[in-house]
Amino acid sequence: MPVTIPQTKYAGKVREVTIGATRAEGGTRSRTVTVGGETTLPFLLHEGEMPHPPAVAVEICDRRPADWSPLLYEAWGEAVNDPATWARAAEAAGADLVLLHLTGPVQRADGSTPTAQEARQAVRRVLEATGLPLLVFGPGIADLDNELLVAVAEEAAGERLVLGVCEDKNYRTLVAAALAHGHLVDGRTPMDVNLAKQLMILIRDMGLPLERVLMDPSTGALGYGIEYGYSVMERLRLAALNGDAMTQQPMLVTPGEEAWRLKEAKVGDGGVPAAWGDWAERAITWEVLTATTLLHAGADVVCLRHPASVAEVKAVIARLMAGGKDGK
Amino acid sequence: MPLSGLDIYKLLPGGQKPPHPKANCKECGFPTCLAFAMKLAAKQAELSACKYVSPEAAARLSDAAAPPIRLITLSANGHKLEVGNETVLHRHEKTFYHPPGLFVRVNDGDGLERVRAVAEQVSRYVVDYVGMPLSLDGLAVAYTSGDPEQYAEAVAAVCKAGKKMLILMAQDVAALRAALAAAAGRTPLIYAATADNWQALAEVAKAARVPLAVRAPDGNLEALANLTAQIAAAGVEDLVLDPGARGFGDSLLALTAIRRLALKQNLRSLGYPVITFPGEGASNSCQEAALAGQHIAKYAGYIVLDHFTPATAYALLVLRTNIYTDPQKPIQVEPGLYPIHNPGPDAPLMVTTNFSITYFSVRNELESSGRPGWLLVADAEGMSVLTAWAAGKFDAERIAKAVKESSAASKVAHRRLIIPGHVAVLMGELEEELPGWTIHVGPREAVDLPGFLKAAW
Ligand code: SF4
Repeated sequence: MPVTIPQTKYAGKVREVTIGATRAEGGTRSRTVTVGGETTLPFLLHEGEMPHPPAVAVEICDRRPADWSPLLYEAWGEAVNDPATWARAAEAAGADLVLLHLTGPVQRADGSTPTAQEARQAVRRVLEATGLPLLVFGPGIADLDNELLVAVAEEAAGERLVLGVCEDKNYRTLVAAALAHGHLVDGRTPMDVNLAKQLMILIRDMGLPLERVLMDPSTGALGYGIEYGYSVMERLRLAALNGDAMTQQPMLVTPGEEAWRLKEAKVGDGGVPAAWGDWAERAITWEVLTATTLLHAGADVVCLRHPASVAEVKAVIARLMAGGKDGK
Repeated sequence: MPLSGLDIYKLLPGGQKPPHPKANCKECGFPTCLAFAMKLAAKQAELSACKYVSPEAAARLSDAAAPPIRLITLSANGHKLEVGNETVLHRHEKTFYHPPGLFVRVNDGDGLERVRAVAEQVSRYVVDYVGMPLSLDGLAVAYTSGDPEQYAEAVAAVCKAGKKMLILMAQDVAALRAALAAAAGRTPLIYAATADNWQALAEVAKAARVPLAVRAPDGNLEALANLTAQIAAAGVEDLVLDPGARGFGDSLLALTAIRRLALKQNLRSLGYPVITFPGEGASNSCQEAALAGQHIAKYAGYIVLDHFTPATAYALLVLRTNIYTDPQKPIQVEPGLYPIHNPGPDAPLMVTTNFSITYFSVRNELESSGRPGWLLVADAEGMSVLTAWAAGKFDAERIAKAVKESSAASKVAHRRLIIPGHVAVLMGELEEELPGWTIHVGPREAVDLPGFLKAAW
């Protein structure tokens, strides 16, 4: 009896989005990273195209964050005290992209509020330290994000940075800054297909080409809502492949940030049940499994924190991209 | 694919050409054959009510009524592990029903001590996740010693170590018979029949009335389908598939193809659960966990791990629970007062809703802030703060009720309650509902809670 492997053909295609600009393109990056372009569900390479592997962004901060897990300080060592050193370490760890997270009063040990000047300086130093394309996220307080990111956008004009996170409440300011200075935005909505589409429409209506927009459906870590994000991503990607133009954006997720703020990652032996096992193994597995599960749901950019996770996730991506021929 | 009412009608006496003499005789209790067919399609009638259906038609009808992926049951000490019977490709289309069994492999050739140690560790392992005790399902005992007696001893040791399910990984008939005798009272899975040995293994499985796994090389689904058809024809119908794919890419292709063929093309010969061995396709235990994670999300029925560590077991058990949660039913947490970091009478008291994500985000922020606190979870019918407030399920009255019905007043010395920033408008009304209490408006997002507490408490 002949068995034919079913092949679903889709009419739709995910948009290709290129992050970063080389000198020839008006920036200073030594390379650019393109994501998206899929015409099939993740890694089903026998039935469609997946022209670009998902990219791994490594998250660094403009100064030592006060609230990270001890395991992360241990892994990055002195680098956490200086964004330029940290960016170089991220590149050495295998990053495709660097995500610079600007700290706010909550993440700063002294509770100080960052100034636009500090943000400009941090971005400048990271751009000088690495040739990788850059994503810059604000501290997550709407007004402060606007102030800092507008300055950053101007400082790094033409670099095709990804500015984030661009939400319902601040998209006007960030999109305007991206438009004015040649950048991209990361449009985040809280785990909902329709909200995600709406934000894409709002951003497009301001005139930013969708080739400069990443869709960020929000990430729940393993055990903390991953299934909601997972299914929203599967639905968005199916809608994209079936031709819904407002869902055809590459998707960015932040498993690193989500996984590393959990007790599973932050609290070591003694403070947690014995059944949770070895601290470092648990924390890294948590980050890796959150990331790889979301890759299977359609993630195009995964933002990670631990260098060991970067290596593991990159190995998984390489093997998935080899299709049926990925042997051990 | 289930038959439509009209398809069924064509198989009944009234739908024959020319019609059967008994057509529309009403003996089934319905006015016409067509009416009966409609009830059959809706699963509100039994085919046996009509005595005039030809045997061929009856066979086709019962075949069409069978689930596209056969339900396979293993058992041990009165517990059951059921896998299969899935109906969708993506969990949002309905839900995934039967979580894959998680097993750990031991080799009898490694010696009884080692087998016993792993079996005891696996059998004892249990971890709490949102109030649910999660544990692994069983052990796969591989026959590597070449000595049937040693194999039976290993199986006996695993049985003695706990009440877990078994997979007997052996192709030697004598070893299997000995192991089945040692596992009396359980229903293990035998792994695996191949093109070379299937007759002998089918006989063993049939005699012991246990399911049989079937393996084809290198993701060759056609070879696999032909083999299962032969074995089913020989009378063993409880089968499990091993398509032989071992890597990340080929596993995803093979398991997706099998699920689609079973559901969309109703291919019976691949309508069985799949067994995977992520350790065989991984270079270290983290990669093994990642591949096992793929198998949880993408269609495995049994997952046999080569490494057991509490950390990876915890992560995989949680992932399995998450993926197999019914997306139609948001998980709710039990309303009540939750202590975080052993709070004392001066610790802050915060209220939120019982939507699981809301609860976990708030709890999470509190836990990672390291600050003690009392988290009061109000019954908002499982909705998030904004949705519940809009729907009238998280208003002043409900919040006041949650305070009064909990032991909050006796646990804290102060009378200050922090409400989510999104429902700041409730402040005045709440102070009326809760005389003597001061209401503080907290941040809108959980993520800002640590900063808020640092500044305001
Ligand atoms: S018993 Fe019902 S279905 Fe069967 S022939 Fe009579 S009317 Fe038709």
